[in-house]
Amino acid sequence: MYRYDQYDQAMVDARVAEFRDQVERRLSGAMTEDQFKPLRLMNGLYLQLHAYMLRVAIPYGTLSSTQMRALADIARKYDKGYAHFTTRQNVQYNWIQLKETPDLLADLARVEMHAIQTSGNCIRNISSDQFAGVAGDEVIDPRPHAELLRQWSSFHPEFSFLPRKFKIAVIASDADRAAMRLHDIGIRIVRRDGVLGAQVFAGGGMGRTPMIAPEIRDFVPEDQMVSYCEAILRVYNRHGRRDNKYKARIKILVHETGADKFREEVEAEFAHMQPLDLDPPRAELARIKAFFAPPEYAAIEDGYDTSDPDFRIWAETNLFPHKQPGYAAATISLKPVGGIPGDASAEQMDIVADLAARYSMDEVRVTHAQNLVLPNVRQDRLYALWQELDAAGLAPANLDRASDIIACPGLDYCSLANARSIPIAQEVAKRLAPIEREVGALQIKMSGCINACGHHHAGHIGVLGVDKKGVESYQLLLGGSAAEDVSLAKITGPGFDERGIVDAIETVTSVYRDAREGDERFLDTYRRLGMAPFKEALYDKA
Amino acid sequence: MSSWPRYRDDAAANEPAVTLDAFLDQPEAVAVRIEPDADVRVLVPHLSRLKLIEIAFPAYRDGRGYSAARILREAGYTGELRAEGDVLLDQIAFMRRCGFDSFAPAVPLDAKAAEAAMARWPHAYQRAADAQPPIWALRHG
Ligand code: SF4
Repeated sequence: MYRYDQYDQAMVDARVAEFRDQVERRLSGAMTEDQFKPLRLMNGLYLQLHAYMLRVAIPYGTLSSTQMRALADIARKYDKGYAHFTTRQNVQYNWIQLKETPDLLADLARVEMHAIQTSGNCIRNISSDQFAGVAGDEVIDPRPHAELLRQWSSFHPEFSFLPRKFKIAVIASDADRAAMRLHDIGIRIVRRDGVLGAQVFAGGGMGRTPMIAPEIRDFVPEDQMVSYCEAILRVYNRHGRRDNKYKARIKILVHETGADKFREEVEAEFAHMQPLDLDPPRAELARIKAFFAPPEYAAIEDGYDTSDPDFRIWAETNLFPHKQPGYAAATISLKPVGGIPGDASAEQMDIVADLAARYSMDEVRVTHAQNLVLPNVRQDRLYALWQELDAAGLAPANLDRASDIIACPGLDYCSLANARSIPIAQEVAKRLAPIEREVGALQIKMSGCINACGHHHAGHIGVLGVDKKGVESYQLLLGGSAAEDVSLAKITGPGFDERGIVDAIETVTSVYRDAREGDERFLDTYRRLGMAPFKEALYDKA
Repeated sequence: MSSWPRYRDDAAANEPAVTLDAFLDQPEAVAVRIEPDADVRVLVPHLSRLKLIEIAFPAYRDGRGYSAARILREAGYTGELRAEGDVLLDQIAFMRRCGFDSFAPAVPLDAKAAEAAMARWPHAYQRAADAQPPIWALRHG
């Protein structure tokens, strides 16, 4: 794992001191809420329906046990004992007092964490593959490249007042587990003729106008990746729309300019930047890579005892193959049926921290599907791990199944929401859990408004909460994917009320179960048959 | 127009800053004012005669002026580069890094607070238009 040196620590400490000063000026009345707002937003502090919400960055979703324990302590000390893991691999606290935030940030800084650029119109936390470093299909661990970009983008003097927020994801395999092409910049680390570099996509995103990012460059050598990103950001900062907040993301610029013309502009800026010495030297990437060197694995063979049937179900569902023989990456589902997707109590976080220390070489990952991962578990200790998880209520065997739902906070917390998403997710999970093993891989994603924080465009089944003349109503979407077979979901037709949407999801699932061929997933059947049979079952009941 | 704070030793330009169109028409003009939507690269052939470029910030959220400033410094401009308008305390350190060396905030800044804001950041992660070496350069000599 990456560790701060004196420079990283000095920067984070300076930020804490700055924010302490700003909060004092606000509380004394020297600053108005209007003046304070952009400053608190730079520190991830939002004013929500009932209290302040603080978003803490988890760079590329990687945490140590110590950091997880610190997050649990913060939940106890400053919140009501809970934390919420988000679709951008971050963590949020929903019940924060303004006057306590400087102390909270200082607690974070002590474990090399921060809330820098977790909101505002700047470059946000860099996300990555939750199985980085352990996936057999990766070219290389993408996290050093993500860390290089984290540092480059932190306190960037030119790009802190962009037209809109800016999100970057970095992966390093053909499989896409980070929704890479639904980011403002998506990077895939590739090897071409023995040289490592970045395949660069730009202009993807969800929100009210979802777009899949087109490729902007097939290959830029890794030691020019930073200046290439700088060139993209400069073109965006200069030419991105500022007249309409809903058209201000880079996806609109790329779309309106056209990918070819946009690429030309970026290439011209990139060429202009080459003499400016903007790229860190190879030695810097090498320094960072050393932190991510593979741990000391034991020389053991694959295989473990699955005689306990409950354990076997969990192992079949929640394990991911590890590149090291005899090891596995285990997903801890934060989606118990009836729970709040992505929520964890302080006690559960302590347990996860403890299990990571004892079973997973001290590491935890956060996934964009709001689950946690223990990436380095010996297979011969999986059963023991599962027993401890099960005892703590952390062993739902539902990874990528119907009850593993992504849902945004919705009307229960979010001031922008049109509708509730958590209770709907809970109802759907309850309804489908009994048949989910038989249904197989199914990704359901729900957003409480058009801003799409719950990624509904990218769900095999998506749900979007809308406000219909003051009544909460839900649109149903089918056919999205955030993976390497990326696609955007389409609306089925008229929306449903709260009960109706749960029935509707059950209906489309039945259509799939009746029509599937071989081992088709829901998504495959939808792609083969199209919308018609689903629509018919939903609306032609009369 | 006077400006504060100013980080230059030479005397401030006395000539009024004219609009970009006027500047391009007037070979004797030495001061120009740039609006956020202008392409500052049209100034590149004229940089040697310019003493003052004033970049307008009608609203602090509009960050185009940061790119404009860096582009001018990258093109070799050494004259006064002024940020004018909705320029806030918590922005001037970033503006300095982008090459601004004088400020004309619509609401005057408190001197002590401005000094503290300028001294806030011990280092910088990335190269910009100022002389500060990036952290990666400090790490690798
Ligand atoms: S999708 Fe809408 S309701 Fe849900 S968290 Fe985002 S802004 Fe709030």
